[in-house]
Parts: sequence; C-alpha cells; structure tokens
Amino acid sequence: MSVETGPQTVEALEDMLATIEAKLGDLLLESRIAHGELTIVVPASRIVEVLTWLRDEPAMLFSELVDLCGVDWPEREQRFDVVYHLLSLHHNQRLRVKVRTDEHTPVPSVTAVYPTAGWFEREAWDMFGILFSDHPDLRRILTDYGFEGHPLRKDFPLTGYVEVRYDDDQKRVVYEPVKLRQDFRNFDFLSPWEGLQGFLPGDEKATS
Amino acid sequence: MSETTIRTFSVNFGPQHPAAHGVLRLVLEMDGEVVERADPHIGLLHRGTEKLIEYRPYLQNIGYFDRLDYVSMMCQEHSYVLAVEKLLGITPPIRAQYIRVLFCEITRILNHLLNITTMALDIGAMTPLLWGFEQREKLMEFYEAVSGARMHANYFRFGGVAKDMPAGLEERIAEWCDQFMPFMDDLETLLTENRIFKQRTVDIGVVSAEDALAWGFSGPMLRASGIAWDLRKAQPYEVYDRMDFDIPVGRHGDCYDRYLVRMWEMRESVKIIRQCLEQMPEGPVRLPNHKVTPPPRAEMKRSMEALIHHFKLYTEGIHVPKGEVYVATENPKGEFGVYLVSDGTNRPYRCKIRSPGYAHLQALEKMAKGHQLADTVAIIGSLDIVFGEIDR
Repeated sequence: MSVETGPQTVEALEDMLATIEAKLGDLLLESRIAHGELTIVVPASRIVEVLTWLRDEPAMLFSELVDLCGVDWPEREQRFDVVYHLLSLHHNQRLRVKVRTDEHTPVPSVTAVYPTAGWFEREAWDMFGILFSDHPDLRRILTDYGFEGHPLRKDFPLTGYVEVRYDDDQKRVVYEPVKLRQDFRNFDFLSPWEGLQGFLPGDEKATS
Repeated sequence: MSETTIRTFSVNFGPQHPAAHGVLRLVLEMDGEVVERADPHIGLLHRGTEKLIEYRPYLQNIGYFDRLDYVSMMCQEHSYVLAVEKLLGITPPIRAQYIRVLFCEITRILNHLLNITTMALDIGAMTPLLWGFEQREKLMEFYEAVSGARMHANYFRFGGVAKDMPAGLEERIAEWCDQFMPFMDDLETLLTENRIFKQRTVDIGVVSAEDALAWGFSGPMLRASGIAWDLRKAQPYEVYDRMDFDIPVGRHGDCYDRYLVRMWEMRESVKIIRQCLEQMPEGPVRLPNHKVTPPPRAEMKRSMEALIHHFKLYTEGIHVPKGEVYVATENPKGEFGVYLVSDGTNRPYRCKIRSPGYAHLQALEKMAKGHQLADTVAIIGSLDIVFGEIDR
C-alpha cells in the first residue's frame, strides 16, 4: 500500500525517534516503530511539556493534534491509555504519543497547547471516565443528559443499563432499566481451539 | 449618567431546526442580534458505533462506516478497510484500487453537492438545491449499480471490493461527467457572483491559518484558510499518486472561500474520475487469497476447500494480527481517521473514529462570536457538518 511508501519511510521515522530520544531522555518510557508508524510513551504528568516541545521544535513542528482518544485495558494496573495523534504538516509526518493512567489519576489537559483537545478530552472523560486536570469545561459530551457510567469501558455492557420510551399516560419520555426479551447473545465466533475459555457446558457430567 | 443593565438572553437553536443540519442543539447567548457565546450540545444522534464495533467481527463493521457520515459513505469505508489491510499486510489488486478511487471521488461530489446546495438554501437560495439533488440522484444510481444500495453501499472489502462494476457502467459514468461540467457552470452562475450570496458569506466566520491548525481543521476547511494540505497529495494512498489533479486553496478563510474551494474540488474530482476511467485496467477486483476474501460461488459448488473457506469467513471471520494502526484518508469533509487496535482475535479491540466534523464544530463558538444570529446559520452551513459522524 502506498501509505507506507509515502513520506513516512522507516528511515525518516528512525531519525525522528533519535531526535526525540536525545531530547526527552528519561521521559521516553517506550518507543516502537510498527506498520510505518512511530509510537512513543511518556509519563502522564509531563505530557504538556512533551507536546509543547513537539509542537514548537523546528525538527518536529507537530502543529496539529489530529485525534485524542482513550483505550481501556482493564487487566492492567493503570488501565487507560490516552492516545494523542499528532500531524506535522511541515515535515509530513505523523506521531502517536501515549500516556497511561488509572481511574483516579488525572492527566494534565493539553487544551493550552492544542485548543482542539477540548472536545476530545471531554469525549475521553465521557466514554472512559479519564480525568483531565485544568480542563476549562470537563462536561459529558456525547451521552444523554444525566447519564451515568462510562460506556466504552470494557466492563460496561453493550446493552447499557437504562432504556427510554415515551409513556402515553405520563405524556413524557421515561427512563427504565433495560429489559431484554432474550438474553444478549454475545456469539463466540472463535474456533474451539482459540475461543474456548475453561468451561464447556456438560463437562461436569464427565468428571462427576 | 444613569446605569444601564446589559441583558443577554439565550436562544435555544435546534435540535429540530432545519438549518442545524441534523440534530445540533446550540445554546446561544445573545446580546441583541449578536452572538456572545455559542455552546453546541451534541450527542443527540449518538449510537455507540465504537462500542458496537468492538462486538462484531471485522467484516460486519464495514456497514457501520456507511452510516457515520451518511453523505460520504464509501470514503469512510475506505479508511476502515485500509486500516485493516494495513494490519493484515495486504494490498488489493490494481483494478480494485482504481474502483475505490473512482467511487471515493464520486462520493466527494455527492457530499459537496449536498453541502453547497443546502448551505445556499439556508441563506435563501432555493434553486441550487433542486438542481444539485438531480445530479446527486444520477450519482446514487452509480452507487446502486455496483452495490445495490443508493446510499449505504457496504461495497469495499478487505483485499478489494465486493464485486466488479457491471458492464456499461464506465460509459455511463463518462457520459455523466460530460454533462456535469456544464451543470457546474450553471450552478456557479447562480451563486458565485450572486450579490445576496456574497453579502451573506464574504468575511463571515473568518479563520486564520494558525487558528485552523490549532483547532484541528482538515480538508476544505483547512485549505480555505490558505494551507495547501491534502492527504491525497501529501500521503497518497491507492492510486492517487498516478492522478493528475490540483488542490484548490483559499485565501481568506471565510464562508465564501470555503464555498469556492468545494466548488473547485468538484471539478477536480471529475478530472480524477475521467483519469480513473481511462487508466483502469481489466483484471480481478479481489485478492485470490481466500483466507481474506471469499472464494467465487461457482468454485464452492465443486471444491471442498472453497466451501470451508467460505464457511469460516462468514462465521468466524478473519483474524487480524495484533497491533495498532492509524489510517487517515482525505474525506470530502476532511481527514477521516480510523485508529484500530487489534488483539489478534476476529474482532477489533478498539476502533476510534476520528471524524473531521467533530473538530470543525468545536470551533463554531470561536467563529460565531461577534456575528449575528443569521450569520451563525451561514457558518454552520459552511462547516459541512453531518451528525452521523460527529455523534457516532
């Protein structure tokens, strides 16, 4: 695919990584070049500093924050990744910056560096419950008024907890707990060798 | 001097307002006719697409991408399909790449026609809408010819497209191109030098180049502010590097420049469509690798292996290797990105959809401040927002 053969050659990414390593030093927790994309992991508490440098350094000039999102890894101690996708129009490069956090530790907001982060951080708060400190207006954004919970967390059920309908007697929309006519069918499409996790119904008969 | 109290009042704009382009609820604080603060409330069309995607095999998710921005359907499939292909490490056959580019450009015209004409309708010109939608119907017939659906095509597949174009479609598209250029000239006579249209758009909602970058603009919004940036040129994907086309760039970053950029982009899209039709080779439209693409139906009747492949593909689906990619394509509205995290199973672990309209709408407060209420309508029109992609 020509995405890789474009300007983002692996050599260019390695050069960029060397420059970043030289500057960040200990702040660079991890780095990886895969699929022609460079990913760096930095401590959450220093993210503002790192992004400011990446934006202003002449060799970087990542002038645009394209995307900011969360990823949930519930089995990890610090369960959330906050992923920043940066774009340098000047050098025609992309960079992925990640920080890790948990449910209680706020990540410093980068709205001062990139104003566009405002809504993206609100979305990450809404969807995952990731806290951002110094955010000017950290309200929910996509979910309903008065919504509870953070729907994109892995432990939030796909069906949610409440459903709405119009009640003809009360002449208004009412909220009720979700009632499913049948159980939610989460198909296990995997082959038995991969999808099997421990228990098969009927196994207990063989052992008893 | 007597004390005067300044009274601002709030106006609730939408969510059922025809000029809100969908379900935008805008809480405006007004000082007389002048907007002091604009607070968009979004999410009224939130369907949890990203959550749903985590529960479906890769193939079944293509359909969700049509339904995000429901006027640039195939372009969004394109981002997702490219992301999965990048993780799988496959490249579709050359004819499939041409078909994809061809339909992405058809989609761009579909989108721009809708945007320009409805924006013109919002600020008082009705005829462009009627004319533009006639052309849109013709383009949707091409959609229907290849996919069977006028809008939600579900046409792109990993490793190619669902099926080849039917016989004669290339000629029909070429004929359409010939009649579209005179149509564009007619459309321009209605709007470009129209005094009322210019009064309503010139110097309205000006965004400087620095602001456009800071607020994460992309696509025509960025180019109207004077930054020559187009992913089709800068980071070409598929066969865009073989195409000869120009990138229109504005100078003032106002609503009128955004209109002009979109108008010119349609002409450039026609150029690309013509080149696709000329250069498109014969050949397969799907990879012969049946671990990814289904085998032909005829083969399934005879070959046990083909039957097994088919069964596995449509029950279990493909397994995508562990990893993460971000793939962005130049959608009609701007940079549409898909950040895909795979854990090696048959479903995405996380799929973040980066929609261009989200960033653009965020800047509405900045753009609308100090303008009159009626200008806010023009600005919303020029943002080219569709709530399917913003609320996801």
